[in-house]
Amino acid sequence: MQKEKINLISKFKNANKNFKSNCITYGIILAAFLLIQILVSAGAVSNLIKGLLVPLCTYAILAVSLNLTVGILGELSLGHAGFMCVGAFAGAFFSKCMVGAIPSAIIRFPLAILIGAVCAGFFGFLIGIPVLRLKGDYLAIVTLAFGEIVKNIINCLYVGRDSKGFHFSMEDTASLGLEEGGEVIIKGAQGITGTPNDSTFTIGIVLLLITLFIVLNLIHSRDGRAIMAIRDNTIAAESVGIHITKYKLMAFSISAALAGVAGVLYAHNLSTLTALPKNFGYNQSIMILVFVVLGGIGNIRGSVISAVILTLLPELLRGLKDYRMLIYAVILIAMMLFNWSPKCRELREKYSFKQLLAKRKNKKEAA
Amino acid sequence: MSFIQYLINGISLGSVYALIALGYTMVYGIAKMLNFAHGDVIMVGAFTVYTLCSTLGLPPAVGILVAVVLCTCLGISIEKVAYKPLRKAASPLAVLITAIGVSYLLQNAVLLIFGADTKAFTSVVPIEPIKLADGQISISGETLVTVLVCLVIMVSLILFINKSKVGQAMLAVSEDKGAAQLMGINVNSTIAITFAIGSALAAVAGVLYCSAYPSLTPYTGSMPGIKAFVAAVFGGIGSIPGAFIGGILLGIIETFGKAYISSQLSDAIVFGVLIVVLLVKPSGLLGKNIQEKV
Amino acid sequence: MALLEVQNLGISFGGLRAVDDFNLTIEKGCLYGLIGPNGAGKTTVFNLLTGVYKPNVGIIKLDGKDITGRKNIDINKAGIARTFQNIRLFKELSVLDNVKVGLHNRYHYNTLAGIFRLPKYRKVEAQMNAEAIELLKVFGLEEEKDFLASNLPYGKQRKLEIARALATNPKLLLLDEPAAGMNPNETQELMDTIRFVREKFNMTILLIEHDMKLVSGICEKLTVLNFGRVLCQGETAEVLQNPEVVKAYLGE
Repeated sequence: MQKEKINLISKFKNANKNFKSNCITYGIILAAFLLIQILVSAGAVSNLIKGLLVPLCTYAILAVSLNLTVGILGELSLGHAGFMCVGAFAGAFFSKCMVGAIPSAIIRFPLAILIGAVCAGFFGFLIGIPVLRLKGDYLAIVTLAFGEIVKNIINCLYVGRDSKGFHFSMEDTASLGLEEGGEVIIKGAQGITGTPNDSTFTIGIVLLLITLFIVLNLIHSRDGRAIMAIRDNTIAAESVGIHITKYKLMAFSISAALAGVAGVLYAHNLSTLTALPKNFGYNQSIMILVFVVLGGIGNIRGSVISAVILTLLPELLRGLKDYRMLIYAVILIAMMLFNWSPKCRELREKYSFKQLLAKRKNKKEAA
Repeated sequence: MSFIQYLINGISLGSVYALIALGYTMVYGIAKMLNFAHGDVIMVGAFTVYTLCSTLGLPPAVGILVAVVLCTCLGISIEKVAYKPLRKAASPLAVLITAIGVSYLLQNAVLLIFGADTKAFTSVVPIEPIKLADGQISISGETLVTVLVCLVIMVSLILFINKSKVGQAMLAVSEDKGAAQLMGINVNSTIAITFAIGSALAAVAGVLYCSAYPSLTPYTGSMPGIKAFVAAVFGGIGSIPGAFIGGILLGIIETFGKAYISSQLSDAIVFGVLIVVLLVKPSGLLGKNIQEKV
Repeated sequence: MALLEVQNLGISFGGLRAVDDFNLTIEKGCLYGLIGPNGAGKTTVFNLLTGVYKPNVGIIKLDGKDITGRKNIDINKAGIARTFQNIRLFKELSVLDNVKVGLHNRYHYNTLAGIFRLPKYRKVEAQMNAEAIELLKVFGLEEEKDFLASNLPYGKQRKLEIARALATNPKLLLLDEPAAGMNPNETQELMDTIRFVREKFNMTILLIEHDMKLVSGICEKLTVLNFGRVLCQGETAEVLQNPEVVKAYLGE
């Protein structure tokens, strides 16, 4: 009886802590959403900001999903934009094909998101099988390579449709051999044009909340513990019977799938989708990494906040726009030095807020 | 005939990769870190020569000398400010992410100073191309010089590392920093010297790269830098002859890929090579296997 | 029948015979010690037993089942758990979660149940918490259950590692220098804990140790390893008086 009671209490306490933290995260996002909706209906939001609302959600989802790989699994991925690219093109392709067949965006868009997520997740799985055997630097460089390959291939990809079905080519539109009345859907470097603009701020927020729900709940489950155990000590994790490859792949695929979701959201916010270095290249992957690093590696809520701040700041402070990338670079270096340098850690522990409070308390007690 | 010409073009491109890869592999082999900023040091070297020679009209020899000195100082300061404090960091990701930050910092600092437009780089090599087989095949002066410089640097590096005292210290540091320290080797200065040499090589590589491919932007260094890393991995990271062989092979693969498969897919082919190499033989052609001790 | 039977085990690293012709039989419930000078190959034996290394020759049988050459996670599932000479905890996880990772293969719910917090998740998590806390109590760690593992003092980290290994419900527990770096009081306490674990879980334990007080205090049988070969095997008191052993330890 006694034992059960203690267990119940501890269970409650434990659940409570995570639960509270998660609720704060969801609460912040909902509050921000409501605030912006009120401001929008009051006409207090400029067009510039309105145009940023969906990208904000996209970046927040990307940052959260990358944090699953970098912070929770502990592997550096520099190809996150590649998974976003796969999701974006898969989703946009589906939407463009189905615009006639499913006119209702309420049905079509969730399907597009699902398809984008599944395709990106599948790619993550496929790439993960070989790649996750590697460690650290090699893994980083291979994911980078993968991202570039995806971008490169999509830039050469032509897909058309006519009454006989789909045609693929890696050369040009003519080689598709379409019949009279056939339609080119993916046009190489010109990408996909005329994707329905289904993305809205509300949908973006809902997707962000779903992403957070999945990631946060995964972390605090049996699988999440296994993933973090692998991050902290692979050899020890193996010694207690954790299947390393399985859990690495799980984290990597889920992370890729969520990046795919962000890609679909991104694609349906634009009328033309092209795979440029700017949106799906190495630089984009690094930018997402900057969000993760600034928000704190492994800190999911931090990722959301830093993605929002770092996207808004350069837009709001016009003068900063030229210096944007420079500032990102400095943030990366400074954050890493501040957070990880053993000397900085020592200093921080010495002068941390908690320590100061404790000192004060000691003094008071002494007096 | 075109096959031979492609082969020569491939060797030309490959020798540049090899030159960059030598610096990469040395820093990786000894400091055990992937210096993402290496490619951007190359770009800084090229911009220095561009400013001194194309804009101010100084002779190329002066330009190259200044570029080498400047890049050496740059390399040492980067190591000191950004990498050294993280050498004992608990997370291996920390220093890698910082290196990416440094790479970004260099790119964007140069971008702010020189702007994004492409600069036409004047070749520093005064040798005329050699024509063979009635002019059907041509070997540019840059190719000859790059291959030659590459071979000279490779041999000197091997001699330096194996014969000199500092080189031996480098080997010791690469094996075990702690033990090296106990043997009285100054680990910090040894790593600083490694970065100095690596960055000096980067300056030379930058000048030769831009002589062969004369368009210069702040992003010039990043893609060749990454490809040179691929070359270093291909040859076996940490191995100096490996970097040379890997670089040349990668250049040939890229040129043939462009010529016979698809010019748009050449990057994909190069990166495909990396993935295949890492899966089939992660230690590369000439590398050694390392296993974590339990 | 013996719980662990090792016959003619051997492994070489690049020509060096790290372990050669190693034989060992451990009866169920025995507290067995593996001792020897530094570099004698003790930890290599552990790595062979747990599947970190694959032996070149020899047979390892656990409870009559041949487990030679199996992967380390399969060997753990078969019933061997270990601790490490240089502590390997999941540093950024809480003390409780460290033990719950150990429970991983004994409690199951699928990923979706975890993400959507289905009733199965709640039920199984509650059981896991209960068992983990039960284990922490054995080692006097229940007060610190929400601490990060890296914030525990050294001695308690060693205990947490044992608790995590026990969480996998092994038949055989391997302890690699459990008393390393402990002061005499802590060592004394550790000896009591090891004895207690043996009684409570009816555990068979094989331990590597340099601390002769601990070895002679709790081990019933000993194997002495020198240069990768068995020097002497038998009852603790006899082995420790063997002149060969004294020579290996103290020199001529």
